[in-house]
Amino acid sequence: MTQKIGVKYQGFPSDEELAKIPGVPDAERIKKGPVAFIECAQEIPCNPCEEACPYGAIQVGKPITNLPKLDPKKCVGCGNCIAACPGLAIFVVNGARDKAEISFPYEYYPLPKRGDIVDCVDRSGKVVTTGKVLRVVRAPNYDHTAVITVKVDQEYIDIVRSIKRLGGPEHE
Amino acid sequence: MKTTEIAIIGAGPAGLSCAVEAAKAGAKVTLLDENLKPGGQLFKQIHKFFGSREHQAGTRGFRIGEQLLKETEELGVEVLLNAAVYGIYENKTLAYVKDGKDHALRAERIVIAAGASENALAFPGCTLPGVMGAGAAQTMINVHRVLPGKKILMVGSGNVGLIVSYQLMQAGAEVKALIEAAPQIGGYGVHAAKIRRAGVPIYVSTTIKEALGTEAVEGVVIHSLDEKWQPIPGTERTLDVDTICLAVGLSPLTELAWMAGCEFTFIPPLGGHVPIHDENMETTLPGIYVAGDITGVEEASSAMEEGRLAGVASAESLGYYDEDTAKRLKDEIWQRLNSLRTGPFGEGRFKAKIKQLQARRQLA
Amino acid sequence: MRIKHHPILNDETRECNATIIVDGKKVPAIEGEPIAAALLAAGIRKFRETPKYHKPRGIFCAIGRCTDCVMIVDGIPNVRTCVTPVRNGMVIKTQKGLGEWGEKS
Repeated sequence: MTQKIGVKYQGFPSDEELAKIPGVPDAERIKKGPVAFIECAQEIPCNPCEEACPYGAIQVGKPITNLPKLDPKKCVGCGNCIAACPGLAIFVVNGARDKAEISFPYEYYPLPKRGDIVDCVDRSGKVVTTGKVLRVVRAPNYDHTAVITVKVDQEYIDIVRSIKRLGGPEHE
Repeated sequence: MKTTEIAIIGAGPAGLSCAVEAAKAGAKVTLLDENLKPGGQLFKQIHKFFGSREHQAGTRGFRIGEQLLKETEELGVEVLLNAAVYGIYENKTLAYVKDGKDHALRAERIVIAAGASENALAFPGCTLPGVMGAGAAQTMINVHRVLPGKKILMVGSGNVGLIVSYQLMQAGAEVKALIEAAPQIGGYGVHAAKIRRAGVPIYVSTTIKEALGTEAVEGVVIHSLDEKWQPIPGTERTLDVDTICLAVGLSPLTELAWMAGCEFTFIPPLGGHVPIHDENMETTLPGIYVAGDITGVEEASSAMEEGRLAGVASAESLGYYDEDTAKRLKDEIWQRLNSLRTGPFGEGRFKAKIKQLQARRQLA
Repeated sequence: MRIKHHPILNDETRECNATIIVDGKKVPAIEGEPIAAALLAAGIRKFRETPKYHKPRGIFCAIGRCTDCVMIVDGIPNVRTCVTPVRNGMVIKTQKGLGEWGEKS
């Protein structure tokens, strides 16, 4: 049976679905500097991201099932929203530098350390490239959600969304 | 005989929330739970809850549980643990066994918040050690800090299957695959996305053919289903697993409500036979209320709101709130409850709960 | 296997301060934890055998509802190991069938 794409079939939004949601910034904005990338594609009653943003760049409003809308002008890419999202669906991407920088939520042990070279994965968990860990942030208000930032080649800026789990058993 | 004003059976999210509201109103509350520790399934939920600020969104489930527990202590709620209520008799008398001894408790009002239990799935090898409920695995890892296995197959793509898969990996296990018999994923896309990023394949239209092993699970054979949900010959695959977790739905634990004589209605989206209740969470028996998963399987957030509703309503009926105050409190709760039952995932539950309320009106 | 370090629940602070005897062998345990947890931590998954066909059974629901996990504890059969707390020195036996009262060693 052919694998259907789309969040209902493969568990992550397809590129088509991502292009339609209001939380995703366009390529031009990504090249200007860090910006949130909210991969929230389904209407679930949920709005902590709206409250977490200190710049008012995320709008959910009422009803709270609305998909979060990102204002790319207000967003400075501070990343406060990353750990606030209960679904771990928010990232911050920065395409302004020589290499792409991608920040993502991570709740496994062991954590990588700054400077580590790690396997980076796409939305399906497939290792697509290696990257360097720039930052691992664990703030008290993140409540045990670490935010990791990796540096990868620019071509992966829309692709890499996490790292392969460290120390755990090998995946097939 | 021991007496109380409001007896609440079950100290899970619904029961705890109910106890807090009823005690705040000034009623004498006794909360009973058959377990050694209160909290029901709430303390296993180590992920952050959804909703809005008033639903405590972004807070991990067990922290919400700790908060509720603290409030019950501060309000002087009597909590009886290791107390299994086995019957509800005339004059709202409960019978319970505690520490091996029989007891009776007469209450003015009873709230049954007994929750729901996991469904089983039948397939060759389903009784082997290593086949367990997804909730069972969750209890073991998050409450007792013990891994029940290392290589897991998760069956069921509802939120329980998706979340427990994630938590099993946080505990150090490897989830080899998650399979779902339906042609699409049942739970939230964001939960599925987390486990996909961790490398867990999700196979829809797939089910178990048989579990392999003699003394315990040593492997599993899965196969694909066609549009008529029939297995397709030749699609068998064998996976190297030592544990099979079943996340195939929950059913309300309704024995006490049946026994007491409450009227029921059959609503499949809520889990099957559910007790009929009104907007006050009162059943067809005056003075007996229900709250939480026993009224229909939803989630912890709605269980807490229903518990609060039953707490306010039962306290009101005893004169602890005047009509206007009670109405204001209940309206606030209903608003929060309704906002949880929205969107493509919540709408179905909203409609199902409307049916349940309608069943009550039809009987009036 | 016990979970020592957990990203959300933090590090394990309890120590194995009790010993239970399982089918004659000493197994470390934590006083107060469910018997089933100590057994699973020690890698023991088979808790009993069914009466007729002697099939192996272990935990299923883990919250005291299904009774698949029962064993003979201090001579008493049909004890739900998933909700019964460990006491130092407890004697646990794999229950064969319906078990027998008074089987202690």
